[in-house]
Amino acid sequence: MTGVAKQFALRLARTVDCFVASLLAMTAFCLLALPALAEDARTLAPQPPRGQGEHCVADTDFMRRNHMLMMMDHRREVLHDGVREKKYSLAGCVSCHAVKGADGAPVSFADEKHFCRSCHSYVAVRIDCFECHKSTPDAPQKSAVREQGNDAKKLAAYLREVKP
Amino acid sequence: MSHADDEHEANIPATTAWMPGTIPGSSPGTGMTGGNRRNFLRGALAATLIAPGVTLNVFGANARPAGEPASTKVRWGLLVDVNKCSISCDACVRACNAENGLTGRSETDAQWIRKVTLNNSATEEIRSAPVMCQHCASPPCVDVCPTGASFKRADGIVLVDKHICIGCRYCMMACPFKARSFVHEDHDDQATHAPRGKGTVEGCTLCVTRVDAGQKPACVEACAKEGGALVFGDLNDPGSEISKALRQYPAAQLRADLGVDPGVFYAHLK
Repeated sequence: MTGVAKQFALRLARTVDCFVASLLAMTAFCLLALPALAEDARTLAPQPPRGQGEHCVADTDFMRRNHMLMMMDHRREVLHDGVREKKYSLAGCVSCHAVKGADGAPVSFADEKHFCRSCHSYVAVRIDCFECHKSTPDAPQKSAVREQGNDAKKLAAYLREVKP
Repeated sequence: MSHADDEHEANIPATTAWMPGTIPGSSPGTGMTGGNRRNFLRGALAATLIAPGVTLNVFGANARPAGEPASTKVRWGLLVDVNKCSISCDACVRACNAENGLTGRSETDAQWIRKVTLNNSATEEIRSAPVMCQHCASPPCVDVCPTGASFKRADGIVLVDKHICIGCRYCMMACPFKARSFVHEDHDDQATHAPRGKGTVEGCTLCVTRVDAGQKPACVEACAKEGGALVFGDLNDPGSEISKALRQYPAAQLRADLGVDPGVFYAHLK
């Protein structure tokens, strides 16, 4: 009987060892392999590209849950009240979260890499914002440069006038 | 929602309250009289008084302080001096198209400004004038809109909220001035400040983003370089250039008999 008990105890120990070993292996996999998978975007979870600048107009958690409400509120203020707060504008989102394509130009909503699509395609939420709104940021205004030139000319003219 | 979210919410300024807004400016119905719409300009023709030799100056708009909503103290309006409007000139139309990105096939193009030519068969005199949304005080397009998408802003600018426009086109039928257009085709080349898309109705916005920034509408700026026939300003301000011109020289509203009180006036529509 003692021999049988010894054998059983040995088997049990081996099983426990295997169990512990597999646990350790799984933990190691989770710690090492999964982040690597997440980083190269082969997982199913959406990988929205980072925006420009240090931070968004509100915390990321808040933006994830409430960006649609903020947009609804903003559109009422802009359209009906004429209060054009640029901080929360859709143009601001599009500009800050622009993703460059292969040609170096910002991609439009038609491209899978577009910031808004990176999540909305995943959750199967069809947004129609960009059927009317422009989905790429504006190029730097040429007219602004011209205006600056005019300002310089005006300033020069003014200085000539006031000069004794 | 977790406690953490409540804390984040507290960081958002008080101006962003999460509730749908009321739609201002939906005025009670002003019944439209019957009659042939094609003849509307003739009505104006008869109602217009003659005042030759007028010189009108373009009025510089004052910018509203940022963060302050549009107010009923202001009523934006336009004055068209038909004497200065050349038949061959379409600078206002081109400026409007460029400013608002009105592109597409000519068959389905939206028209925010139309150059209308008037031919008086009795005198053989030909006049030309731009006709756009007349920004009525009692707009029929607002009365008939089933969703509240067509609305009048506090400062008199009549707009379409394309977020809630269902494209039924009742407003197009109700407008005595044929001022509204339907967008028939997909667009992907919109201007950032002028969103527009298939399935919605649109019309002259009086370049509302420019007006909010203290600038004049694009058509007025373009016209100033050509004939200077357009004057933009606050009809409620007795000191504004447009008010002074209106006091000094008689001008008519198109189809004044309808009682919709347009904000666009025509001088010398002889």
